[in-house]
Amino acid sequence: MPSATVKPLTRAWTTADPLVEVSDLKVWFSVSSGVLQRTVGHVHAVDGVDLEIKTGETVGLVGESGCGKSTLGRAVIRLLEPTEGKIIFKGDDISHLRGERLRALRRDMAMIFQDPYASLDPRQTVGDIVGEPIDVHHLAKGKERQDRIQELLRVVGLNPRFVDRYPHEFSGGQRQRIGIARALAVEPSFIVCDEPISALDVSIQAQIINLLERLQSKFNLTYLFIAHDLSVVKHISNRIAVMYLGKIMEVAGGSQLYRRPRHPYTASLLSAIPIPDPVIELRRERTILQGDVASPINPPSGCRFRTRCPRAREHCAEEVPALESFGDEHKAACFYPLD
Amino acid sequence: MTQPLLEVQDLHTVFSTKEGWVKAVDGVSFELHPGETLGIVGESGCGKSVTALSIMRLQRPGLIKSGHVMFKGDDLTKATEDEMRDVRGKEIAMIFQDPMTSLNPVFRTGWQVAEPLRLHHGWNAKKSLTSAINMLGRVGIPSATERAEDYPHQFSGGMRQRVMIAMGLTTTPEVLIADEPTTALDVTIQAQILDLLRHVNQEFGTATILITHNLGVVAGMCKRIIVMYAGRIVEAGPTADVFAHPKHPYTWALLRSIPRLDAERHEPLKPIEGLPPNLVDLPGGCAFHPRCAFKIEKCSRDVPALQRVGDTQLSACWVTQAGTELKGA
Repeated sequence: MPSATVKPLTRAWTTADPLVEVSDLKVWFSVSSGVLQRTVGHVHAVDGVDLEIKTGETVGLVGESGCGKSTLGRAVIRLLEPTEGKIIFKGDDISHLRGERLRALRRDMAMIFQDPYASLDPRQTVGDIVGEPIDVHHLAKGKERQDRIQELLRVVGLNPRFVDRYPHEFSGGQRQRIGIARALAVEPSFIVCDEPISALDVSIQAQIINLLERLQSKFNLTYLFIAHDLSVVKHISNRIAVMYLGKIMEVAGGSQLYRRPRHPYTASLLSAIPIPDPVIELRRERTILQGDVASPINPPSGCRFRTRCPRAREHCAEEVPALESFGDEHKAACFYPLD
Repeated sequence: MTQPLLEVQDLHTVFSTKEGWVKAVDGVSFELHPGETLGIVGESGCGKSVTALSIMRLQRPGLIKSGHVMFKGDDLTKATEDEMRDVRGKEIAMIFQDPMTSLNPVFRTGWQVAEPLRLHHGWNAKKSLTSAINMLGRVGIPSATERAEDYPHQFSGGMRQRVMIAMGLTTTPEVLIADEPTTALDVTIQAQILDLLRHVNQEFGTATILITHNLGVVAGMCKRIIVMYAGRIVEAGPTADVFAHPKHPYTWALLRSIPRLDAERHEPLKPIEGLPPNLVDLPGGCAFHPRCAFKIEKCSRDVPALQRVGDTQLSACWVTQAGTELKGA
């Protein structure tokens, strides 16, 4: 797969190195008010995130709405420019790329969106939608372009004869397949999937999850899989990062996270997820979190979760806990972690 | 067995569309007993919400073509609009998925929560507001007296849903219909609201119909469930039995297709192939047969009726009614 034509800054990158390295990333949005629209504050959407994504793995990113998971996903593929911090992709610092170099980078990464209704232009045919990235990057022309579009449709499980149809002729699941075909058109190595199945019917979700897994092994893709549904994320991910108010609270392998969460937020998130088994549901002990997520405009001092944390003590308000290792790729940011 | 509180009998609700009549609810019958929590599960377009709206006679532009909704000896499908106004909000309350669109943005929250009391009990503003504030406190809204002065947009999603529940409960209705009450909420807030609904059910003894697409939610909330597909009930029974031994291939396949948080190993999911049916153009026979792994010839010809299969369950499936066990790789 041809990679972006970005000059390496350090030694040559190999697939043994992390594909993506995010360090101390901050993405803030300004809040303006009044007649003069003066900036009166900032939404700290992503507020100091460190994350590493290895080549070929799927990292799941979970958290509640407003925790900054979509913003982080968008920043990582540079749909947003970071306020502070660094994003290293294949060994290159892409944090502030612009112009032609940013465009070249776009060939190597793609995004799959949540809403298969809003993310496809209703006036474009399926062929136009899937063909657009091919045209933009001058990847193929004429017959070769047509063949490529048909092949992409076949790969995602759509009938290649559908090229001249419009999005409204398709169901939600089929539209999501069109969105996936479009993402694959540039032959990316990295795809950010932002809630790719939450708008779909329950019986269709499994079809799309299986498709994403099949494509991953076929094209050796690396995924950042963003979702609020921890069951789905645990199924598809090698590792899971749990976000709360712009910060990563815990990172671990899926089973490890489920069996032995260290951060109180992860534990309460897990206990809040209903399991489709009445026998288990009856026996489960729940820790029901009180209150709502605090405002990202004025996040709590110290640990952001402390205002809802059942284990919070004085110290939690004074200092921000760093992500610390609990062995075996398990990290958590908590002064009083669970056993 | 106790006398059912609410009895839906052979309900048919149709909608007129450009492409013809759509049978959104096509022969649905069930009973709700005092104090129980009944789950209705199914995907979008299966008719679960239209069933609930038909009970409240809020199905318009849909039309109740036939069937009865028996509530305390009266047939609600025959009630006048005036009589229905007495039932709605007083004896049967309903809460919806999106609490923002169900609250009026220009009135103070307390005033809105108190409205059923003014309307149904004829209470004055002061008396109804005092009672509304008390109810807001009981559904877990901190500093209820002050918050009653706020407008809906000043509440978070979870708090708004609490407000809706408080409004529904002010007149202590006998039935609460909750249509996807937690779908728009985050999981930790969902857990809070489900906990509140459990508490309401115990404290007030309100019988609840919980409509959801989330199998996990019904598993933890309902003793009995109804599974709907394409406007019909395909399976019904005690939740534990339906989950342990589903007697309809749709329920069976649905349970296998969802990833579980407590799964030990990574196995590929087993999706239900194909698409949910188009209600305008339903396949002949059983609506699920084009997606069914167990179908026999009869399934594409005749519509199976809902019949007893096993000791406790009802299923509308020719295959299981003939005694075949649902098993698969």
